[in-house]
Amino acid sequence: MFERMQLLVCGGESCEQKQIGAIKDALLVELKKHDCENEIAITQSSCFGLCEKGAIVGVFPDEVYYQCKTKSEIVMIVEKHIKNNQIVEELRIKDPILHKRLKEHSNFHVFNKQNRIVLRNCGIINPLSIEEYIARDGYFALAKALKEYTSEEVIEIVKKSKLRGRGGGGFPTGLKWEYAKNSQSDIKYVVCNADEGDPGAFMDRAVLEGDPHSILEAMAICGYAIGAQQGYIYVRAEYPVAVERLERAIEDAKNLNLLGDNLFGTDFSFEIELRLGSGAFVCGEETALIASIEGFRGMPKLKPPFPAESGLWGKPTNVNNVETFANIPVIILKGADWFNTIGTEKSSGTKVFALGGKIKNTGLIEIPMGTTLRDVVFDIGGGIPNRKKIKAIQTGGPSGGCIIEKDLDTPIDFDTLTDLGSMMGSGGMIVMDEDNCMVDVARFYLEFTVEESCGKCTPCREGTKRMYDILNKISEGKGTLEDIDHLEVLASMVAETSLCGLGQTAPNPVLSTLKHFRDEYLAHVNDHYCPAGVCRELTNYIIDDTCVGCTKCATNCPVGAIIGWPKAIHKLDMSLCIRCGACKQACPVGSIKTVKGGEAHV
Amino acid sequence: MSKLVEVTINDKTYNIPEGHSILRACEENGIIIPRLCFLDSIHEDGNCRLCSVEVDQQHNLKPACKTIVRDGMNVVTENKRIYDYVSTNLELLASNHHFECFKCSREDNCEFLDLLRRYSILNEYSDLYGYELKQTQLNNSSDAMVIDSSKCVLCGRCVSACEKYTGIGVLDFNKRGNKTYVGPAQFRGLEDAGCIYCGKCIQACPTGALREQDDIKVFERAVRDPSKTVIVQVAPSIRASLGEEFGYPVGTNVEGKMFAALHLLGVDEMIDTNFAADLTIVEEGSEFLDRVQNDGVLPMFTSCSPGWVNYLELYYPELIPNLSSCKSPQQMAGAIIKTYYAERLQVDSKDVVSVSIMPCVAKKAEAKREDMGRDGYQDVDIVLTTRELARLIKRRGIDFKNIQPMEPFGDLATYTGAASIFGVTGGVMEAALRTVSEMLDSEAKLIEFKEVRGKENMKEATYHLAGKDINIAVVHGGVAIKEFLEMLKTTDKEYHFVEFMGCIGGCINGGGQPIVKAKDFERIDVIKERSKVLYTMDSKSILRKSHLNPAVQKLYSDYLNKLNQHDLHNLLHTHYKARTAYSEYIE
Repeated sequence: MFERMQLLVCGGESCEQKQIGAIKDALLVELKKHDCENEIAITQSSCFGLCEKGAIVGVFPDEVYYQCKTKSEIVMIVEKHIKNNQIVEELRIKDPILHKRLKEHSNFHVFNKQNRIVLRNCGIINPLSIEEYIARDGYFALAKALKEYTSEEVIEIVKKSKLRGRGGGGFPTGLKWEYAKNSQSDIKYVVCNADEGDPGAFMDRAVLEGDPHSILEAMAICGYAIGAQQGYIYVRAEYPVAVERLERAIEDAKNLNLLGDNLFGTDFSFEIELRLGSGAFVCGEETALIASIEGFRGMPKLKPPFPAESGLWGKPTNVNNVETFANIPVIILKGADWFNTIGTEKSSGTKVFALGGKIKNTGLIEIPMGTTLRDVVFDIGGGIPNRKKIKAIQTGGPSGGCIIEKDLDTPIDFDTLTDLGSMMGSGGMIVMDEDNCMVDVARFYLEFTVEESCGKCTPCREGTKRMYDILNKISEGKGTLEDIDHLEVLASMVAETSLCGLGQTAPNPVLSTLKHFRDEYLAHVNDHYCPAGVCRELTNYIIDDTCVGCTKCATNCPVGAIIGWPKAIHKLDMSLCIRCGACKQACPVGSIKTVKGGEAHV
Repeated sequence: MSKLVEVTINDKTYNIPEGHSILRACEENGIIIPRLCFLDSIHEDGNCRLCSVEVDQQHNLKPACKTIVRDGMNVVTENKRIYDYVSTNLELLASNHHFECFKCSREDNCEFLDLLRRYSILNEYSDLYGYELKQTQLNNSSDAMVIDSSKCVLCGRCVSACEKYTGIGVLDFNKRGNKTYVGPAQFRGLEDAGCIYCGKCIQACPTGALREQDDIKVFERAVRDPSKTVIVQVAPSIRASLGEEFGYPVGTNVEGKMFAALHLLGVDEMIDTNFAADLTIVEEGSEFLDRVQNDGVLPMFTSCSPGWVNYLELYYPELIPNLSSCKSPQQMAGAIIKTYYAERLQVDSKDVVSVSIMPCVAKKAEAKREDMGRDGYQDVDIVLTTRELARLIKRRGIDFKNIQPMEPFGDLATYTGAASIFGVTGGVMEAALRTVSEMLDSEAKLIEFKEVRGKENMKEATYHLAGKDINIAVVHGGVAIKEFLEMLKTTDKEYHFVEFMGCIGGCINGGGQPIVKAKDFERIDVIKERSKVLYTMDSKSILRKSHLNPAVQKLYSDYLNKLNQHDLHNLLHTHYKARTAYSEYIE
């Protein structure tokens, strides 16, 4: 049975935090009130890419997106739009760049510079409906591959498309498939790496939750190309919605014989099973992932042998990331030449990034390779809030590095980012402004790798910990110049001798901040001063004479360290101050400043 | 002859056999590459990263142990960058290491210490300089072994050894990252973790993180206590390996020096476990005959190896009835020492300290089993491994190489050739066959049963004795044990007598034997060399059948035959019981 209307409720991480669950419940209550809960379907979709706008509800087929916060707004949407088909103009979301309400969602300026290939169906179809996926040409690519192409031709198309692995390494996908195909074995496996673990990244989750069938279809195509009959999706257990939808999708596909035996009447058969990971970052590394599927402790193995020769249970195995797979059906349908028109010479296609940090519009963006960082930050992201200056962009999560303002005009692709000392990674992109302390940033990412190192090889296990210790010392003002030397030696040692990619890239946040922001490190060490005012032990505050006496700082101070009468300049007692920074945030005129340790005065 | 490839190492060209790793190529050509985790065919994970070398000027260094040479390859093993990285790596390992070398079980042959010295490590990331040390774990609740994570370098050799030698996989990594430590799951005490105490992990360890329960101090006190009579027994395979600790080549027989050193250590009496081995054969042989003639449970399994007994009790308790009820030679000797021998020496059993020198870690736990004593004392009070004995000799400053060999005194040190070969796989079976064949068929003149010798981990033979085909098998090492017992469930073949040993190669390769460094492990066939010593002793013996040992015959006529059946059984036989590990998790 088909519903009259469909409400897509955003289920992205950001919207989830804004209590989208409560909004869903409220919608249901309202629909019931109007006795139309059977006519209207409510579906939780994946991220719409407009996170800053708050909880978003899309009404289909009208393609209208509302932003709602309160119950009365929900009442209004249900009453007007759903009952009476009147669009509630005042609740429609505004274009974050043009600040106008636009009729067509796709005309949004935010999307102008974007090109949705991977996210083509996300937020548009009901992910639980295989029919809707098929209606958007779903499984056509599999049919085309099976009916029109030989397995060699499929690989040729993927090779020609120059698609590169989106999991971070950027290895040419077609070549990887070819290796797996050329390995002689009667049993081979296709594995989808859906163990997305970078802090703040949720690209794969969006695809898994918003368009699960595209992954199944691509895996079947891959299976056909390399000669595998069994696929595994290794997905994090922390993505329960993704797991549920994948399970449902597999079941639906089997029922329609889009997975199973003799697909499309050919003699090609393909099955897919799920394997749940239990939250180890290192299991995103393909050999560790394979060990984990086999039931062993998730620890990487030396390569060679590569999984294409000897992978899962010793059989040739092709491991690709979710986003890589999501590109495959489109490439098969539209051809390699079409794909090559998008992106740059060496990196074709698009890349999804999770844009976050000090930026106006956060969320998932999908941009063609070759887009400049400046376009991303200012045209898509809407720039830095509060008239602050951009300091750096961190890409690649804990494996990546920082890119500074002067490099913003670099077109983004795999190689340029590596040249800048960062990396594509899986697609985290954090924008930082002058309030970010780069020592603290390095420390944050390193803390993550220290926690997530598997402990197998010495440099990563011990080296990252000692680097973290040194960064702690520096941020506490106990660091010495010798410590910075140690840090550099350790960083290059860990990078060049670690066993797997996790260790080899773990020092990147340190190396790139040391390269671009050495003066900040030196300020911490020599002057015992944190210029950004982040490192507590090194921050003192003063209230200068621009204070207007609004008392906001005093009210916000948790320890009563600020005294002063209304409309008189306030005073700060540093002996009581715990350096939480609440006053500085509260001050409407910027009178509270951070100073070097010695300069504080009452 | 395999194909040669041309490889440039440190600007010099070498022709290296195809398929060799860079590490092997270098070592064979006298180029030293530091190594810590690599243990040939046991642990080849390449995770210590100390053997990092530059290959073809690639940016990232490659592990020499697992990088295979290629024609035209250019390798650099030594430059400032590599030196700095190896040093830094060692500095990192050192920073979390608990240095107490003076009392460490590896004071003389620590592979880690060698490296720290070679690279002049300053330990600059230690707590002395304000760095945080990791939490350590001490697992010492078992009677036999200790795991001390404060000395662990997390090379993973023990984990692989446990998996590949025993097939049980008791040891693994716990937690992750910087908090990783090795131990049984949840750092369970080894006594409740399914461990059979074979000690393969100890032998794989490059440091002193894994060791036997150290009983040196107890021994030192006992020999200085005037109210105690210290009686030592020495297992067959000790004489074949002890010399290695003092610089003798592997496979040197140091029997005389061993007894002389023990004498200098201050023990009062010395007997030879070989004597008890002969006694065991007579008892076990009779038991076997009894089972064959009176339709007892067959096949009968030997019971001398405590590692194997642990294995059976833990993993195949349903086969306990097959296990011979005979005590192991150590325990038979202990029982005789505390009763017959004490009586002859006219000392109270409670004033006798019975010490055994064993190639085995599991023996320490065996000596503490419930029915291994009577009237409130244990038959064996102190079990020292070969390594502990060597340590003791060194610490006392005894010049082992230059002492005059001596013979043990007393008739309980008399033994036959059959007893000597107890220490090697197939030896117990061969010794038993010599006696049993003669008991069954007085015509049988066979002495050497070559079918049961050799390194193969499962050996089978059929002997025609007294009109009957006797099918025997010899199995050693946990992996083979499992394979054999699984096969036994399905096979139609009827076996009569099976010898099992917990360690591959038998006692000569026991968990208490001198540790062979990883480098020597690749070059020397330790099992073969040590076995040779025992087989040579056997072939040179005049008496080669256990029941012909005059001291054994005398023991029976003077003492054992006078005991009632019940007492005799209590003295020389024991019971087994099914055990489980992690019992509260198993419903």
